[in-house]
Amino acid sequence: MPIIEDVRKIIASHGKLPVDVATLADDADLYAAGLSSFASVQLMLALEERFDIEFPETMLNRKTFSSIGAISSAVAELAPGEQVA
Amino acid sequence: MTVLGSATAMTLCERMRRVAAIAATHADAVDTAARFPREAVDAMRQERLLGCQIPVELGGDGASVAEISELCTILGQACSAAAMVFAMHQIKVSSLVSHGEGDDWHRGFMARVAGEQLLLASATTEGGIGGNLRNSICAIEVDGDTCRLQKDATVISYGTEADAILITSRAHPAAASSDQVMTVFLKDQYTLERTHVWDTLGMRGTCSDGFLFKGEAPAKQILPRPFAEIAAQSMLAHSHILWSAVWYGIAADAFVKAQAFVRAAARRSPDQVPPGALRVAEASALLQGVKASIVAAIEKYDAARLDEDKLSAMSFAVAMNNLKIASSQTILSIINHCMLICGILAYKNGTPFSLGRHLRDAHSAQLMISNDRILGNTSTMLLVHKQDTSLYG
Repeated sequence: MPIIEDVRKIIASHGKLPVDVATLADDADLYAAGLSSFASVQLMLALEERFDIEFPETMLNRKTFSSIGAISSAVAELAPGEQVA
Repeated sequence: MTVLGSATAMTLCERMRRVAAIAATHADAVDTAARFPREAVDAMRQERLLGCQIPVELGGDGASVAEISELCTILGQACSAAAMVFAMHQIKVSSLVSHGEGDDWHRGFMARVAGEQLLLASATTEGGIGGNLRNSICAIEVDGDTCRLQKDATVISYGTEADAILITSRAHPAAASSDQVMTVFLKDQYTLERTHVWDTLGMRGTCSDGFLFKGEAPAKQILPRPFAEIAAQSMLAHSHILWSAVWYGIAADAFVKAQAFVRAAARRSPDQVPPGALRVAEASALLQGVKASIVAAIEKYDAARLDEDKLSAMSFAVAMNNLKIASSQTILSIINHCMLICGILAYKNGTPFSLGRHLRDAHSAQLMISNDRILGNTSTMLLVHKQDTSLYG
């Protein structure tokens, strides 16, 4: 499964967004959509588990988790074997 | 004092020492009556310290966070409430300086803060949000060039005394609770209806009453950046650093009294080490720890300010949270040590060694933004963030 589809699934189950993830574009601002800092950490943990990766300190910032596209690119960087889209 | 070696810093400190001398004479009266430290704030205006953080080209002194921290510590040794009012005002100014510079209205407003020595208050707390200022229930409504806001603000420190209030809300009526903006409302643009009275154990002079806020202003007064950015990139660090600087000042004043007490005893009987001497040494070590934590946090902030990624990194938020936890807890131990040293003369009011006010004021530190909430946030971050274990990192 392409990364971006997995990311969407994980956001749907761990992102605690007040809106349906399916309605969000890949570049939509997740914080404006209601992503809290607590939920973003749960999201990170779920992504680390799913892709067997570890986010390095340089990626632990707001920007990395700002959109579905940004998260997918970060994951792709850490899991080069996976297909982005 | 290498950081503060400049001529500007010297005069800033001299100016604040004059304010502190006035504040000290009214500190007990402010505390007893739970009244606004008017004399101290008038003196800040007289010394033109309310605008010290504003850039020089807009009429301020362009003071650094290190310099403002030192000012908070100077005043904290005289009157905690006046020092906390100064710190809270400067935290609001930091939002303007850090996020409003590129915007005409906010640049003009900064020039007014410096020129007219306006006092800024904050309204980030709201009934129903459970103390989490990164959430709002109320929403600002923009109608053409005008914005309107009504907020059940359960705390607005010195709200009735302020010349303007910086207030958070959702960005628009359909926005998620965490999608927030901050707006400047001038005194003639809002009404305040008191809903809670600030009658507390300590920090009584901050007059942090609750109000129903109703405001209408030009929409251009909304700060151009999302509040999430303001909170993460300047407010978090300024709050924890400046609060800690005030708390350090309170503890330092208690320490000075305790040391004087022991020295007086030692002079009376030079052949004996006074019983409190060991505790003075212990308190000295604790005080040094608080000071070192604050200085380290200021250095970390100054280094991170040049890089937006560093400012929004988890390691930075964890470090600032850790400063707040450490300083708010340690000052209580220090003041308690000082009370054991000075004994009944510290416990009694109206003696040269009285520490009741210090201890009561210091107890606010763990609660203004609850330490449990901060530890909760830090513990969440530590699920993914790996602490830097190097010394200089």
